[in-house]
Amino acid sequence: MAAVTTLLTTEGLSRYFGGLRAVDDVSFSLQEGEIRAIIGPNGAGKTTFVSLICGRVLPTSGRIAFGGREISGLPAFKRVGLGIAYTFQITSIFSNLTVFDNVALAVQNAMRRNGSGVRFDEREMTRRVGDALDRVGLSERFDTKAGTLSYGHQRLLEVAMGLALKPKLLILDEPTQGLSDAEIAGFCDLVRDIARDATVLLIEHNMDVVMDLAGRITVMNNGAILSEGTPDEIRADEAVQRAYLGT
Amino acid sequence: MSAGDTMAAHGATRRGLFDKALLLHLAVLAVLFGLQFVIGEYQHLSLARVMVLATYAVGYNILFGYTGLLSLGHAMFFAAGLYGAGIGASQFGLGVQESFIAGVFSGLVLSTVIGLIALRTTGVAFMIVTMMFAQACYLLTLYFGEYTRGDEGIVLKGDIRQMVMFGYPFDLTSPVVRYNIAFGLLAVCVLICLALVRSPTGRVLVAIRENEERAGMLGYDTFRTKLFALVVSGTMSAAAGAAYALLFAYVGASFASIQYSILPLLWVLLGGIGTVLGPVVGTLLMFYLVDYASEYTSAYMLVVGVALLILVVWFPKGLLGTLRERVIAWLP
Repeated sequence: MAAVTTLLTTEGLSRYFGGLRAVDDVSFSLQEGEIRAIIGPNGAGKTTFVSLICGRVLPTSGRIAFGGREISGLPAFKRVGLGIAYTFQITSIFSNLTVFDNVALAVQNAMRRNGSGVRFDEREMTRRVGDALDRVGLSERFDTKAGTLSYGHQRLLEVAMGLALKPKLLILDEPTQGLSDAEIAGFCDLVRDIARDATVLLIEHNMDVVMDLAGRITVMNNGAILSEGTPDEIRADEAVQRAYLGT
Repeated sequence: MSAGDTMAAHGATRRGLFDKALLLHLAVLAVLFGLQFVIGEYQHLSLARVMVLATYAVGYNILFGYTGLLSLGHAMFFAAGLYGAGIGASQFGLGVQESFIAGVFSGLVLSTVIGLIALRTTGVAFMIVTMMFAQACYLLTLYFGEYTRGDEGIVLKGDIRQMVMFGYPFDLTSPVVRYNIAFGLLAVCVLICLALVRSPTGRVLVAIRENEERAGMLGYDTFRTKLFALVVSGTMSAAAGAAYALLFAYVGASFASIQYSILPLLWVLLGGIGTVLGPVVGTLLMFYLVDYASEYTSAYMLVVGVALLILVVWFPKGLLGTLRERVIAWLP
């Protein structure tokens, strides 16, 4: 077995909104190559927590380290440069641009980051856009205005944009919300495929998807980590059942 | 055929020999160049004026149309070029080319400084901050009346109306010379704009216009990109200002007033926001609309007002914007 390296750690990470402790003293770590799911009831602080990791929200206190480097104070765009990609919970694509241009924006950034030379290679970019769209099955629609895609396809486009950034860590915030059962099955295959060369952090409500995909599960409640373990451990955990079902 | 190949084929229609968009822009420029052989002397002068102002509009559109930042203070950049060139020529005895460079450089410096401050705001606040800076610049041109001659302005005369370029003498009082210099400036700026908006950077500008947060989450430093757009836009506006001063030999405070901040906005809206040729079409149309209306009535601004109302209600994307939406989707 290959040596396991820690990709991401947070120490005492907190974010308060006024009096609300959205994320409260969370210490968390993520190994390279795993698929980790974060679950928890609505308002548990899951989205705020991953937003702290990707830099959309800055912490009130605490530290975040990525690949051994302290990133707590870095702006979001620099964290993308280090390899953290975030796909939005509320679909956030460029509606007025074509599917191609949406993905091209991500590819362009990945290419510039890897220093692909002074002259920009348009052919290479087109090829990579094609790859990313192929993986989510949207390549036929490359010339469509993104805003006119169906909701499910827009979710897939989000994922393609995340993929095209060639991230080390891909954060998916409720990716299957609004997808049909058939689309969800395809999506699970896609995530497994992505996980071959990236670490995946997944917020998800659909328990079938979580149990199917995740190697480990972190359960959040009231801004804190309630429990963490393998799917079987989590299924058997009483505290988790209480948080979900009420006592 | 893989998806990548299909897309490459699709992309190739934009480039190479049959680059429709580039050909169209070159054709429009060729028409503008050719016009000088069929029009009279009066038209030479007014078209030269229109082409310089259209250059200003092209610059304005890079920030407003492509990056989505509505500045209400671009007169300060136009005036920076105007005064940079005018004062350079009248006070420091610079030649025509040196004065032009002085004007462009003034715009470059001013837009960098203003950008670093004003881009900390967005939306309505950005509009107000740019407007206030422009007002401050306008008042400065009056305050330093000793150098700028305030409202009265500077009239450039004598040697500054002559220049030597590539070993040939040019007389800037000649309408033909002015026409061709104005045309050259516009052509260069239109082609710069076209190259910019079709480049990877151009795609990022549009991404910022459409959804700035998302652009940041795709790894782009949106502040730096917006600053770049503002500096290109401000410098191009200053180039237009500098050319205006040198070609028409007059530098006055009225060019720094709020009116000259609003005009490029109207030209761009009329011709088509976020299209390369829109500002040119808009400036031309507005100029001739005013010209013809004022022949028939002293209330020509009323005609302009009605035209703008019609535009906003039925063609909110401007003439070329509407055309692009309905007929020619490939228009950059």
